[in-house]
Amino acid sequence: MRPFDYLRAQDTAAAIAEAGKPETKFLAGGITLLDLMKLNVERPARVVDITRLSGLDTIEVSADVIRIGALAKMSKVADHAGVREAAPVLSESLWRAASAQLRNMASIGGNLMQRTRCTYFRDPGAYSNCNKRNPGSGCAAIEGINRNHAVLGTSDACIAIYPGDFAVSLVAFDADVLVRGTVARRIPIDEFYLLPGQTPHLEHPLSPGEMIVGIEIPRSAALKRSHYLKVRDRASYEFAAASAAVGIEMEADGRTIRDVRIAVGGVATKPWRLRAVEASLKGKTLDESTLRAAAAAAVEGAKSSGHNAFKIALVPKVVARALMTVGDIS
Amino acid sequence: MTQNNAFELNRRTVMKLGVGAAAAATAGVNLSSEKALANNPAKSQSPALGARLSRAEGPLKVSGQARYAIEQKLENMAYGVTVQSTRPAGRIVSIDTSAAKALPGVVDVYTPQNALKLNKPTVYSKGGGATEEFTPLQDDVIRFNGMHIALVVAETFEQAMEAASLLKVEYEAGDAIVDFNDPKAKSQPIDAMAAAWGDAATALANAEVKVDVTYTTSREYNVPMEPHACIASWDNGKMTVWEPSQWVGGARRVVSDWLGIDIEDVRVISPYVGGGFGSKIGAHPHVGLACAASRKLGRPVKVSLTRPQTFTGLGGRPATRQNLSIGATKEGKIVSIVHESWNETAIDELHVEACNNVTKIMYATPNLSSRLNVVPVHTVQPGWKRAPGENPSAYALECAIDELAYALEMDPITLRLANWADIDPSSKLPWTTRQLREAYAAGADAIGWWKRNPKPRSMREGRELIGFGMASGAYPMLRTASEAKIVFHVSGQIEVLSGGTDIGTGTYTILAQTAADVLGVPAETVAVRLGDTILPRSALAGGSQQANNLTGAVDRAAKNARAALLSLAATDPKSPLAASKVTELTLENGRVRPTRRPSGGISIADLLKAVGRNTLEVEGNTFAPGASEEMKNGADRSFAQMKASLEGGVSAHSWCAQFVEVRVDEDFGTIRVKRMVAAFDSGRIFNPKLAESQWIGGMIMGLGQTLLEEGHVDQRDGRTVNANFADYAVPVNADVPGVQVISVGIPDFQASALGGKGVGEIGVVGVAPAIGNAVFHATGKRVRSLPITLEKLA
Repeated sequence: MRPFDYLRAQDTAAAIAEAGKPETKFLAGGITLLDLMKLNVERPARVVDITRLSGLDTIEVSADVIRIGALAKMSKVADHAGVREAAPVLSESLWRAASAQLRNMASIGGNLMQRTRCTYFRDPGAYSNCNKRNPGSGCAAIEGINRNHAVLGTSDACIAIYPGDFAVSLVAFDADVLVRGTVARRIPIDEFYLLPGQTPHLEHPLSPGEMIVGIEIPRSAALKRSHYLKVRDRASYEFAAASAAVGIEMEADGRTIRDVRIAVGGVATKPWRLRAVEASLKGKTLDESTLRAAAAAAVEGAKSSGHNAFKIALVPKVVARALMTVGDIS
Repeated sequence: MTQNNAFELNRRTVMKLGVGAAAAATAGVNLSSEKALANNPAKSQSPALGARLSRAEGPLKVSGQARYAIEQKLENMAYGVTVQSTRPAGRIVSIDTSAAKALPGVVDVYTPQNALKLNKPTVYSKGGGATEEFTPLQDDVIRFNGMHIALVVAETFEQAMEAASLLKVEYEAGDAIVDFNDPKAKSQPIDAMAAAWGDAATALANAEVKVDVTYTTSREYNVPMEPHACIASWDNGKMTVWEPSQWVGGARRVVSDWLGIDIEDVRVISPYVGGGFGSKIGAHPHVGLACAASRKLGRPVKVSLTRPQTFTGLGGRPATRQNLSIGATKEGKIVSIVHESWNETAIDELHVEACNNVTKIMYATPNLSSRLNVVPVHTVQPGWKRAPGENPSAYALECAIDELAYALEMDPITLRLANWADIDPSSKLPWTTRQLREAYAAGADAIGWWKRNPKPRSMREGRELIGFGMASGAYPMLRTASEAKIVFHVSGQIEVLSGGTDIGTGTYTILAQTAADVLGVPAETVAVRLGDTILPRSALAGGSQQANNLTGAVDRAAKNARAALLSLAATDPKSPLAASKVTELTLENGRVRPTRRPSGGISIADLLKAVGRNTLEVEGNTFAPGASEEMKNGADRSFAQMKASLEGGVSAHSWCAQFVEVRVDEDFGTIRVKRMVAAFDSGRIFNPKLAESQWIGGMIMGLGQTLLEEGHVDQRDGRTVNANFADYAVPVNADVPGVQVISVGIPDFQASALGGKGVGEIGVVGVAPAIGNAVFHATGKRVRSLPITLEKLA
């Protein structure tokens, strides 16, 4: 690990000012940053500890919106009664991520910044060819061991997966990321994650010194009737083989779908919203065959790299099952 | 925090111990520490051997007071970090160390160009203590991806890590074979381990019903919680090594080999081991680097493999492939078994996974042929992982028997009983004990075997398919004669000493129980010291032999000690009982008294005080009378004295019957084990709580092997790309269902001195086939390769 300077920010303005300097990273829970520093993937010269900043760990559930501070711990959000009531999918996606110890340390803002688990990306000593680490150097994963790599949103430069859970539910329900830098701005969550294209080293539209201060999720009927399904070989503490964040709102007849939200995780280079599947289900009768038929389109454009081919077959089943669960189809 | 003086004393001793070689003597561990911490006073007259006592060292471990190898604090310690190759074959042309050496704190960088001299150690198969001959930095050959090619030593761990990342290695490419299925790979038969009787080929060809199948297992890793990590300290011509070890005698021998010094000048200390499962039997090459660096620098050197480095710093279970054909009559009598196996081994070393160890003894077949082969590939030399040989052997056999049962439309237990082996079919020797029928019955009853619908894919609950599966297995009895010592202190403390190590199995506890049983004192009053080559000689904690080896030796020592106490009481003129004859004295409840007087007498401590002695030391051992020093050393630092399962004209094994219920999601193919039940014949059980813990641990390890564990080797360069705990998944609590274990054993005095048989390894045997068979029952799909991941059921 490269020796680095450690600074503890006293207030947000100071943190932003420090983080604008070269080779500087924010340190919150440290789950991703310290891990990648030990692997020599991240080699900052300076880290700015923002864990003592006040006012950034609040969780508010108002009539229209859920607002979560960037420094709120994953476990606190997952266990928040208002969140569980208004947005089961948020709580469930957090509970199903990582382990109890990690959830107690990890911040919501840091969770959004979680980087890929591509094993080649994480092994710089053996693989210099990684377009995410060294732009233009190639990709070791495409012809390597890629069971846990993306089948959606890939490019010929990168197939690294977005591994997280929580952001999948945020993408399904149109959250905004609240950012503060020289100015404050909000970024729709779907635009917060960039497709790799030919620039997989660019993962977010953040400028140096910009800090995530919170997220906002608009409340909706579909959010209230929502669910996160995570499928994996190990029962807990494993990244998803495939996951789905879903929610539905029914018409007054109780049989017709008025609104539906679907995003999938563990299969794409970013949290993957399935707008076409949603559109095909709106106005349809809620039943198993309809859901399965619609879910088949979930993997449109999917591309296998070999070991990950199973994900293409798995995703529609996960989407259909998640919708069956919120639709009370046993 | 505690009112217990014994514990306070003990804790202070342990705390002191961390400070340097001068205080290297390991503290005794006794059960009173548990009493103090758990606030759960043990009965003063707790029954000894056979009692369900908790682990004596448990409180020290969970409160962070047990100091593991690299937690020793030595003055002037330097930190070594190894650098591993990133290519599978070829040569090192050069290693540029200039950037690394320019960093502050870097002491030196050792490479093949600036080598630390290490001699090749003698491997166990040639009479030594090493598990691999590979000796790093002695040449420029790359043998596998992840091989140690340099050692960076610095003043701090962080400096060493950063410097290690700055080495620039130039390689010359070489042809690599990274997979044993590569057509370029050449298999080599191991004729000495083949087995054959009758005419298996003809009998198979003429059989009415046949199964003809291939089963494979993946490369697996032991991944103990405590990584492989040591401290070596060279001082005035003598080497002391703190090394987590299943076998300090073997490690001592290997260190003396590496350094070319007298074995008497080597001391290996290992009071606590954070898991080994076979991977800490041998001291691995990084220990040699630590020792050589310490000698060169004249200061202690700590070398800790990082978690990823443990995947190639030493080997786990090799990948295996088995072809198995079983022929039977329509009535279900097996007429022939034809078996052949292959396992990968290092490109220039031999590791044989004995994949016929169970195959050749489970069933009464008149004809059998079994051949073993190894396939050299560019991999770290594979090693032993819990029940090496027996585990994959039982996997293929017991799945194939299940396939045969379905082919015959017979119940799998009925089929097994129809082919019951009254004697060992391989050696034709009688069994010592074989409570396997009892195991089938107890396990079947506990899981509700006879209530299931045996038809595949016939049981479900919601969208989950339900499956039941069973399998059985065996593990051979290994035994090595050992020594032990009992020390009575005038303070009243009684110590039991042995060089054997407690690898988390409960050795501290059962040896206290053994001594207490003979001496008639509460087990809590006995302190046990283990894991140090200055202590009495012991074989390895491996092959499920140590509990039997050491309870036997301690029992002898304690009986000798009892005799010595009575003799001292009767013969020392200062003894208050000096007027008595030895034959008229009794040792009971820790007091020596005349046999005819039920009360009174004198405590052991008061006796020592009366005769003016601080201690009384008494030895005992299980060697044959007249055993030479050479034989005793051979038992301690080689396998020369190890007796195998057929010793004495009988065939001795532990047995098990494993039963599982699984749930398989019909859409996703995810498998969750709902219940595990196993019945074991491990002979007499010295401490049921600890034996059950071992069995359960083995079953969970088997669950991981079956459903999760697989080294992902990049076929382009032989690198293990999932060398970490996130990508190499082992079971977590959520994967582990209710586990029930049942002991059906009876004391087996042909198997061991006190009637016990092996416990530690048998728990894992048969788990993989039981789960695999249950998955078939649930889904109707037969998966013949491990692990059974969800895509295999798609």
